[in-house]
Amino acid sequence: MQIIYAVAALGGVGILFGALLAVAARFFAVESDPRVEAVREALPGANCGACGFAGCTKFAEAVVEGKAASNGCIPGGSGSAEAIAAVLGREAELSVPLVATVFCIGDCESSRDLFLYHGIKDCVHAQKYGGGFKACTDGCLGLGNCVRACPFEAIRMGPNALPLVDREKCGGCGLCAVSCPRNIIKILPKGDRGHLVLCSSHQRGKTVQNVCDVGCTACNACVKACPQEAITIEDNLAVIDLAKCNDCGDCVLKCRQGTIFPRARIGGVSGRTRAAAGARA
Amino acid sequence: MKSMASLVFRGGVHPEYRKELTASLAVVSMPAPAQVVIPLQQHIGAPCEPLVQVGDQVKLGQKIGDSKGFVSAPVHASVSGKVAAIGPYNHPLGRPVQSITIESDGLDTWDQSIKPAGELHELSRDEIRKLVREAGIVGMGGATFPAHVKLAPPPEKPIDTVIINGAECEPYLTADHRLMLEKPGEIIYGLKIMMKALGASRGIIGIENNKPDALRVMRQAVESEPEISVAALHTKYPQGAEKMLIQVTTRRKVPSGGLPMDVGVVNHNVGSAVAMTRALREGKPLIERVVSVTGEGVVRPANLAIRVGTLVSGVLEFCGGLRGNTRKLIIGGPMMGLAQTTADLPVIKGTSGILALTDEDVDLAESSDCIKCAKCVGSCPVYLVPTFIAQAAEHKLFERAEKLHAADCIECGCCTYVCPARIPLTQWIRIAKFEVLERRKQK
Repeated sequence: MQIIYAVAALGGVGILFGALLAVAARFFAVESDPRVEAVREALPGANCGACGFAGCTKFAEAVVEGKAASNGCIPGGSGSAEAIAAVLGREAELSVPLVATVFCIGDCESSRDLFLYHGIKDCVHAQKYGGGFKACTDGCLGLGNCVRACPFEAIRMGPNALPLVDREKCGGCGLCAVSCPRNIIKILPKGDRGHLVLCSSHQRGKTVQNVCDVGCTACNACVKACPQEAITIEDNLAVIDLAKCNDCGDCVLKCRQGTIFPRARIGGVSGRTRAAAGARA
Repeated sequence: MKSMASLVFRGGVHPEYRKELTASLAVVSMPAPAQVVIPLQQHIGAPCEPLVQVGDQVKLGQKIGDSKGFVSAPVHASVSGKVAAIGPYNHPLGRPVQSITIESDGLDTWDQSIKPAGELHELSRDEIRKLVREAGIVGMGGATFPAHVKLAPPPEKPIDTVIINGAECEPYLTADHRLMLEKPGEIIYGLKIMMKALGASRGIIGIENNKPDALRVMRQAVESEPEISVAALHTKYPQGAEKMLIQVTTRRKVPSGGLPMDVGVVNHNVGSAVAMTRALREGKPLIERVVSVTGEGVVRPANLAIRVGTLVSGVLEFCGGLRGNTRKLIIGGPMMGLAQTTADLPVIKGTSGILALTDEDVDLAESSDCIKCAKCVGSCPVYLVPTFIAQAAEHKLFERAEKLHAADCIECGCCTYVCPARIPLTQWIRIAKFEVLERRKQK
């Protein structure tokens, strides 16, 4: 007999609260725009923050309210932009896909260390200690802050303590560039066209030569070799203007340090030691 | 006299002390070098401005840098000669600091301002404070807090006890030990100076009981001083940390975030006491200090009286150089000292030791994940939970770190020392502490 009372009591309480919830759901319902959910569906969902909003949902709300452009999601690229435009019935803005590029090839074989660092494996904290353990003050420390920062798992640490960017996976959000205390990672438009000087050192040539076998010494040879006049020396570092570069490769042949690479060969390719430079030449 | 067993604190560790390398060696005066590099910041607080220019002739003991800030201490020329350069130079703290390089003329002519200040009973409290400030005296145990600041507490915090820290709990170091054996009179005079400046009625000299000879000498020296007592402390690291020292000698507990003066106590190192005595009796500023040059990596370990500004490389050369298997060069002791990347840096006022460790002494094992053994918790002398704070710092959860009292860490390094997973806990906690203090400043 008791079991019936118990079931009836609990069942009655259940029905009562169910009814209350049903009433509350009707009276306190929050108006939501179904388009926000649709836009949210069109995004990659990495919550990387590259759009400047606090996560994908906030960006979706901003797009629906007209506060952000449909191409605001960099990792989503043109796919997202078109899907968002379709949801909102607008014309999709042009979307330029971006990719992270590591501007240092001074690995543990080709660049020297000042001292042995034995502590927290974090570039920012290692940098605080005596300005970093690498002899080069601008070279990659290889402790992997960029690897941990990447929401797309597009960066992994190569065998010689330099990060490798998977260009297919990279969304170009720039979180890796922000995480790097030495500003070695730059975000460039995606593509294989053009050559790059893979060095970030603004030290004088002699200093660079002392600390790294593959750093740019600003010797001017590439500048003279370039028929397109695409290369300039800016603060002791050669910089190639990708808009002018026509991939002739003359600079690569002239570079004594082996610092210049065609973009088609970087990212995913790990052979940046001197041996690789020799094999290429 | 309290029993031996009572003078102990909770937590701490028992590292190998290895003091026998230098404990029996009398202090030797190292000849003045041909060149000294005097950093304009050798203390906690505002850095000094140079008072001389390149090319100026300076005399021994002449003030060459000063600051208007209250928490600051002037710097003095430790040789006579010519100012060769003023610019950034390597510093034991890790980053270059503005420094004055002086080339010695080898004459060591004292500046004419150097003269005895008079007897202690003739001087007023303010005169003592001024003399201590002008002599550039800082905490010589390594913390380098300007000494005159600790002699001038706010009036609402009366001081009744001055403690002289002769614990020297850091392994290897014997500089304070030698001072206590060789200069007991100067230490006690220095303590009297502090007691007079603070109006304190009681003086305690705390010495770890692994230095029985120093205890004997100091006890003999205070026999005729009813106000001063010598306390034998249990040998345990970090016995010389001021909070531990105050707790075991006075049974008073410095509150979280507080200072010793909150419980009516002021702490000074034996080296600071000797420096104050010299400042009063002879008028000499702090231009020389005792440094233990020790460790298995040093060919001839020694206790040296070294001019401030002497390059560490020169000191090591004087001690016969380094052995080939030297792996780590540390300024200070092995627990709290700072590992250096070069020997091209000057000895400063807070340099208590120059320590060279060999491959055998240095453990370069990689860290692994925390196994929640709580050894760090048991070893922490200030009752923190190091592993939680380190995890909070690792995940940038600095509010959580603050709730865990990260700012109370005394950075003694016991947690890192005992961690079986070899996690650099102290490094993480220092990061958390820095962030927490920065956030408090911003509020």
